[in-house]
Amino acid sequence: MNATAAQANAKSRAARAKKVRQFITPEGVDLELKIASSGLRFGALLVDLILIVLALFLFSLVMLWIGFASQSDITIVVWMLGAFVLRTFWFVGFELGSRAATPGKRLMGIRVVARDGGRLTADTVVARNLIRELELFLPLMMVGVGAAEDAVSGWTMLAGVLWSLTLSLFLLFNRDRMRMGDLIAGTWVVMAQRVKLDADIATDAAGDAMLFSEAELSVYGIFELQELERVLRSKDARAMREVADTIRAKIGRAIAEEDDVFLLSYYRQLKARLERKLLFGKRREDKYASD
Amino acid sequence: MIPAAPPARALDAPSFSASRFRAEREADWIAFDLLLTKLEKKGAKALTSDELLQLPLLYRATLSSLSIARATSLDKALLDHLEALSIRGYFLVYGVRETRWSRIRRFFLYDWPAAVRSVWKETIIISLIILLGAITSYSLVASNPEWYYNFVGEDMAGGRDPRATKEFLQSTLGHGKAAGEGESGLHVFATYLFTHNSRVSILSFALGFAFGVPTMMLEYYQGIGLGAMMAVFTGKGLGFDFGGWLFIHGTTELFAAALSGAAGLRIGAAVVFPGARSRLQAASHAGRTAGKVMIGVILMLFMAGLLEGFGRQLITDTMLRYGIGTLMLLFWIGYYYLPRREDVT
Repeated sequence: MNATAAQANAKSRAARAKKVRQFITPEGVDLELKIASSGLRFGALLVDLILIVLALFLFSLVMLWIGFASQSDITIVVWMLGAFVLRTFWFVGFELGSRAATPGKRLMGIRVVARDGGRLTADTVVARNLIRELELFLPLMMVGVGAAEDAVSGWTMLAGVLWSLTLSLFLLFNRDRMRMGDLIAGTWVVMAQRVKLDADIATDAAGDAMLFSEAELSVYGIFELQELERVLRSKDARAMREVADTIRAKIGRAIAEEDDVFLLSYYRQLKARLERKLLFGKRREDKYASD
Repeated sequence: MIPAAPPARALDAPSFSASRFRAEREADWIAFDLLLTKLEKKGAKALTSDELLQLPLLYRATLSSLSIARATSLDKALLDHLEALSIRGYFLVYGVRETRWSRIRRFFLYDWPAAVRSVWKETIIISLIILLGAITSYSLVASNPEWYYNFVGEDMAGGRDPRATKEFLQSTLGHGKAAGEGESGLHVFATYLFTHNSRVSILSFALGFAFGVPTMMLEYYQGIGLGAMMAVFTGKGLGFDFGGWLFIHGTTELFAAALSGAAGLRIGAAVVFPGARSRLQAASHAGRTAGKVMIGVILMLFMAGLLEGFGRQLITDTMLRYGIGTLMLLFWIGYYYLPRREDVT
């Protein structure tokens, strides 16, 4: 049973490592960019489309109102141009901004990056987004054409839709989750979440309340330490009780103190121990690895 | 350096502790974060010269902190924060752009014509394809008018087919009674033409990655429609007038269509024949050139929409139409292909 758990742990680590791309700054530091998942990409697209439709709807209402008030057909021109600009340049405009992300992408915490590490230029952004036009509308067009012409049989239509879908879903078929547009423009979409700097829980005064022996601390590795950190930061009493009970059972301690005091002490001393080992070049990934 | 450590107990923190490291450096990270937020929200202009000088220093301090933290700390929250901050910082510090104005200026003065010049081979190929399409359908329709119905759809023809009378055909060119009607709708018409043509061009560009084949087919099809129409009008002795009707905006519009096809073809060619580079590299290189061409194509189509919507409807003299069309053609050719000083540098 231990072996399978160890394998599962190693597997999830490998899966995470697969998403990381080396990205070395001129200072020689690897930023380890993480490729955004297809789910996030789709979510971002959905949010953007909803926003575009919403903006278009409001814009149409305003134009309709002005049109009725002024009795002039110049509003039709403004409407047509506005709709065209909104549709074509929504993505381009936002991605040229300093955060290189549309509102949908910002919400999902992702951004566009030039694959070669250079800056994102206007032509790149235009190229990647004009291709989007094709990716989004070709499958729809295929359905439309098929429905409009009775001569086209259902199977032909299906073949057309499938063919165009392979283009649209191109990002599912490569490791780097590149759309057709990314491929041609030389870009990637990577994670760019903002992470708040949380308080340093290892310096807490309560951390020295109890002492653990070397044997008691040697049962866990880095993975468990960081899980413990997550639980401590979330401050969920029930999760803390569960984790504290597990650790107590593992190291054979009776319930004597508050859960949070126990966990914090254990966390602090485990971290100090593992970090000391780290300084000596020994990185123990999880509890299955040898100490 | 590392301050002298107090005598340690068996299980106490080592003299270099992650917590001490953090306490020493935290102020830098917070300052860098604030600076980045300001830069993102208000742009580089909002920063004082002091802050601008601070920016690279804080950036390097953060990067060095990241390296140290990766080697010494197991605090996940700290590592994640430093990583996110460094990524954000890198793209802002190294992504420094020119001012918007100088970027626009460079695009019009240099980048746009240079990009168009660099796809000259593809432009010639696409032009020949359009021409070939036009000649094919022209000769077919001229020999047997029945062919016309295969080439031009009912809704697009709008009654302009081989059965139409000469008077009707003439009226569609703006020489008959129909010319005066609906002048108020001109701008709507022009806008419609612009948005429609732009979308066709974007499609013909975007289809390029499929080895350029769909692009060439689309352009060939454009030529087919053109040639068939030409044959019908010439058959009724209106060839010269039709030419003028077409020429006034056609030089701009067809040029733009050829360029969008050329941009698509460039990408297709890069994918098929990447040369010494990898296919991905070649595609992204071609994509950048094509992207520049496409911005220009949309601008050209906007001009063409104006010429077609207003110019063609208001100017009915055939010679004048030819004149304007020729002038536009000369303008574009001069703008794109005349060598300029930046080429040398």
